[in-house]
Amino acid sequence: MQRNARPYLDSLLAIREDIDLELQEIEDWNCCGATEYMSVHRVAAHALVGRNLALARDQARDTDLLTAGCSACYLNLAKTDAQMREDAGLKDTVNQALAAGGLEYEPGAMKVRHLLDLVCHDIGYDAVKARVVKPLHGLKVAAYYGCQVVRPDYDSRWDSHEHPTAMDKLLAALGAEPVEWSLKTQCCGGHMSVIGPDVAFGLIRRLIHGAQEAGADLVVTLCPMCQLNLDAYQVEMNKHFHTDYQVPVLYFTQLMGLAFGKKPKDLGIGKEFVDAAPALAKIQAEAPKVAEAKRKRRPKPGDALPMPGME
Amino acid sequence: MAGQELIEQDIHEQQLTRVVVAACSPHLHEKTFRGVCERSGMNPYLSEMASIREHVAWVHTDKVAATAKAKAIVSGTVERVLKNDPLEAIRVPIDAQTLVVGGGIAGIQAALEVAEAGYDVYLIEREASLGGHMAQFDKTFPTLDCAACILTPKMASAGAHPKVHLFTWSEVEKVEGFVGNYTVTVKKKPRYVDEDICTGCGICVEKCPVLVVDDKFEAGIGYRKAIYWPFAQAVPNLPVLDTETCTYYIGGKGGCRACEKFCPTVPNSIKFDQKEERVTLKVGNIILATGWDLFNARRIPQYGYGRLANVFTNLELERMCNAAGPTGGKVVLRDGQTAPKRVGIVHCVGSRDRNYNRHCSAICCMQSLKTAHLVKERTGAEVYNFYIDIRTPGKEYDEFYQRVLDDGVHFVRGKVAEISDIPFDPAEASRNGAGTLYIQVEDTLAGMQRRIPVDMVVLAAGLEPRRDSSEVGKTFGIACSSNGWFIEKHAKMDPIATMTEGVFVAGCAGGPKDIPASVSQGSAAAARVLNYIRQGELALEPVRASVLEERCSGCRICNGLCPFNAISFIEERKVTEINAALCQGCGTCVAACPAGAIQGTGFSNEQLFAQIEGLLRDVNRSHEPEVV
Repeated sequence: MQRNARPYLDSLLAIREDIDLELQEIEDWNCCGATEYMSVHRVAAHALVGRNLALARDQARDTDLLTAGCSACYLNLAKTDAQMREDAGLKDTVNQALAAGGLEYEPGAMKVRHLLDLVCHDIGYDAVKARVVKPLHGLKVAAYYGCQVVRPDYDSRWDSHEHPTAMDKLLAALGAEPVEWSLKTQCCGGHMSVIGPDVAFGLIRRLIHGAQEAGADLVVTLCPMCQLNLDAYQVEMNKHFHTDYQVPVLYFTQLMGLAFGKKPKDLGIGKEFVDAAPALAKIQAEAPKVAEAKRKRRPKPGDALPMPGME
Repeated sequence: MAGQELIEQDIHEQQLTRVVVAACSPHLHEKTFRGVCERSGMNPYLSEMASIREHVAWVHTDKVAATAKAKAIVSGTVERVLKNDPLEAIRVPIDAQTLVVGGGIAGIQAALEVAEAGYDVYLIEREASLGGHMAQFDKTFPTLDCAACILTPKMASAGAHPKVHLFTWSEVEKVEGFVGNYTVTVKKKPRYVDEDICTGCGICVEKCPVLVVDDKFEAGIGYRKAIYWPFAQAVPNLPVLDTETCTYYIGGKGGCRACEKFCPTVPNSIKFDQKEERVTLKVGNIILATGWDLFNARRIPQYGYGRLANVFTNLELERMCNAAGPTGGKVVLRDGQTAPKRVGIVHCVGSRDRNYNRHCSAICCMQSLKTAHLVKERTGAEVYNFYIDIRTPGKEYDEFYQRVLDDGVHFVRGKVAEISDIPFDPAEASRNGAGTLYIQVEDTLAGMQRRIPVDMVVLAAGLEPRRDSSEVGKTFGIACSSNGWFIEKHAKMDPIATMTEGVFVAGCAGGPKDIPASVSQGSAAAARVLNYIRQGELALEPVRASVLEERCSGCRICNGLCPFNAISFIEERKVTEINAALCQGCGTCVAACPAGAIQGTGFSNEQLFAQIEGLLRDVNRSHEPEVV
């Protein structure tokens, strides 16, 4: 987060007091192994993650909550914790490896939670709403969750694994208008942008095109990898396909900061590849006039068939 | 010589006073062997069964240890039977009136069978008309005869039968009593239309200016008025007024009143001030045919129902195919006009899926095949079925499947991953046109991923237990399985009866069934009831709990525990009483009573201690009788 996802870190630090979030960085943390390593060497990958879990357990002051803003980091921490819980053999092997560094981890000791999960479910929409001074009225946003946060959901934290709504509700609490779209949990391409760009470009185009079709002014993410692919590689993708998509991609923490009245610069806004300024100019100072209380439309026979709706 | 005869012979020749049969569990054959004893002049309750099949043979592989265990069980049972008392069956008279709950095809069938035999039946239906789900269907598989053509004559017979007393728009609120002698309280919801005066002319419906989406009968794709008939062939032929949409009720009282104004009857049939009524009925037996609810397809958001306009449920398609339905039988997209050229039918939506329901809904394969056939016939569209397995075990069902294959319908074996309105790339978009839905599926026969572009998707949403089945079960004193279907007395040998005497289950209330099976169960339940009625009285197992009043402290701990509502508290004497006809001898209260004031007949402390001693006796080392 300190390099590629600096805006994520800056915006998080800028809003943490507003949402009463006390953060403590794990000292001497190591790379989680990202998405690939688990399938390369299972035990080594878990040991790598286990080390972070053990360090967190040893260093944590008055908390058992361990949070990550990155989808892959979060998933790896949660996966190792869950698999060590289920598989006593794995637990022993990982702990043997950790013992070499004088560490040990008892699975379940840390509660691994994604940052969005903490914000939505612990801090809560009401507390967030109470902090809003500059509602994001008029801004249409596509909430993009990516594939790793809501699945496999070891501790049943999310309302749906295919079509979640937690971030949509958060963005609505900020005054923005979340659009309905089908690609909320589709893959951004992950590291394929480096290994096999053609594959990633296809996935990126689909997401960016889908968000645009749905009427979104910008895409909101919760993961540095997703942000990087959709933002930085959007430019590459445009070159590759000779297209000219201009859909900005921001972190949910940046939009929280805007709604909380922080300066865009302090939130890392302006560092994105696809300029978010035109989209953000749409935020209205005044609340839009609420459309007259919708009267139940009296259907006329011969109309289209009624739509079932989502309840 | 058959086993039973051997036992009879031994009883006579050896002058036996007790019998132990070491065989299966008492569940099925206790009655058989008690019958043998009774025929031989013994009191039938002086026999016992030692269960060495379920408790030994079926669950162990170590033969030596298993044999030792079997001997111990037999020894325990022998000690126990010595302490058995001769008991007399409890006899209760059977009221000849019957309650049938649920006016779908199973309930109608049951009611008609009982009524035809000459006995009074009260048929209770929660909705405003008889008919149930079958009334919504278009054609029935595999013969494709029209559902209404075969159902409405039955509805009409039930409505007109002098022995069938119809309560529609009504629910059972309370059930008291026991087999042969139930007292049932029925709540009649206000229809706001006087049943005795209304002639069913329909002018009120015609004049009502409020049109609303009909979520019930038309499954959400059609409209009705605020005062409406549930459907054209409704029985009884009476409209019902919906206070949630009627201008008179929502716009402050006094608005509109068009229905009242135009009602031609004298006195006026519209009764805005009609109140809920309660009716008390006396019945001997109860048949529950409460049916099923459709799985809510919104619960699988990746299939898009509720988000993507052209994703439909199977029930919506039934209404759409129906000539009397909202589209006049035309298969069209949500715009109400365009006929689809490519249609995907997704099987097992909410069924056979560990995330939702593990059960197979039994009817959706055939229903989907029928839909495929009808859509193909009416639109000429390319039709794709996405299935896990095709299950067509009924009479002439597989022949129908073959016919649909011959129609040229495509079958892709694989569970659909998602249905999306977003093409993968511009090439896919331009190939398939705007508005295309993409079905992503792993074709497990070809071993490859497929994306099938279609205009319309039909989700074969599964059958679920009624959402309120557990409360309904409690009202009638019967249990639901963990997935919510009512539990039958024996899944194979007694699928109609329940553990509560005099309460029977028919149709989908006990699990998903097709129409022939539901009709059969309706008839079967009626046969069981008629059997009880003809007997006039019923012998009940005397294995009962009873309260020793002098020991009962009136603590009432047992009062709420009885699963059969057999326990009541007598305020004057401050003691608890157990209704012997209602008690099923389960023993829950016996175990719970802190004062030891409740005794289970057949399960006295004396009997149980004797059994334990028998079990612990070292029967495996020595066959010599113990000499004291």
